[in-house]
Amino acid sequence: MGVEQKLGNMGIATTTLEQAVAWSRTNAMWPMLFGLACCAIEMMSAQAAHYDMSRFGMELMRPSPRQSDLMIVAGRVSRKMAPVLRRLYDQMPEPKWVISMGDCASCGGVFNNYAIMQGVDEVVPVDVYVAGCPPRPEALIHGVLMLYEKVRGMKFAEIKK
Amino acid sequence: MEKKLQPIVGKLEKEFGVTASEYRGDVSLVIPAEKIVAACQKVHGLGFELLSALTAVDYWPQASSPQGENPRFHVIYQFTSIAMNLGLTLRVPVPGINPSLPTVSHLYRNANWRERELWDMFGIKFQGHPDLRRILMPADWEGHPLRKDYPLGYEEPQFTFNFEEINLRKPYAKE
Repeated sequence: MGVEQKLGNMGIATTTLEQAVAWSRTNAMWPMLFGLACCAIEMMSAQAAHYDMSRFGMELMRPSPRQSDLMIVAGRVSRKMAPVLRRLYDQMPEPKWVISMGDCASCGGVFNNYAIMQGVDEVVPVDVYVAGCPPRPEALIHGVLMLYEKVRGMKFAEIKK
Repeated sequence: MEKKLQPIVGKLEKEFGVTASEYRGDVSLVIPAEKIVAACQKVHGLGFELLSALTAVDYWPQASSPQGENPRFHVIYQFTSIAMNLGLTLRVPVPGINPSLPTVSHLYRNANWRERELWDMFGIKFQGHPDLRRILMPADWEGHPLRKDYPLGYEEPQFTFNFEEINLRKPYAKE
């Protein structure tokens, strides 16, 4: 994905290339293979035959953060897990995105207590929040498509962090 | 009380000078803190080879003077005898100020982690424990969460009328 570095100021050609790169990014977005709680079950079924997320170029769940572009935080994050989650996020190569799946990851959900992070956005920057407890696979796929819209609209300058 | 349990409880009552209480067939004895190691040794010798639970109750805001009257905590040892199919409970009152007990991890190996859990969750120290660290919470955690006076959480619910105000001070992650 080192296109940003190689491109100079190429004027009108840059905009079209930008679009092409963004499009290709959305069609080969590999999520990281990890689940934290019951939302992971819905994430698995979104991957499986009935809902088949590979229609959107996401047939591969990478078990290594170094090979993935997208982190789906599926489930509640305990305070003890939060540093681990941040480390996984830091190990992912740029550009990277985060989907916070479900109420617990988004705002703590029913677990308003000392042991659970009240929203994973305190640990990693989140692009898309998916509501639901747990969200159905359709909702997750909708969240992924919303992320795709965001990625398609991104300029190189804002992706480069 | 179970017939097989009666002589065992009788021996314990005689040796430690306590009276057993029974609730729906579950027998429990209140043992003073300084005698708990001897009591566990005795119970182990009487055939209770398994410490099936070691937990505590916090009776906050019950008084917890240094003299130990109206103790705040009760530490509960539940034993099981698989051979005899029996259960037995020992309760140990512990004061709320500097709560501590002698360890029984040399008698029952699983007491090692259970005592670490009690230290982590209730702040009850176990003298002579080989490795008294937190077991559930992160190592740098402050406080003991299962105490009744421990605050539950800190999240402020955001409604439409105060959404912006709370959003400003929410600790969002930076890149």
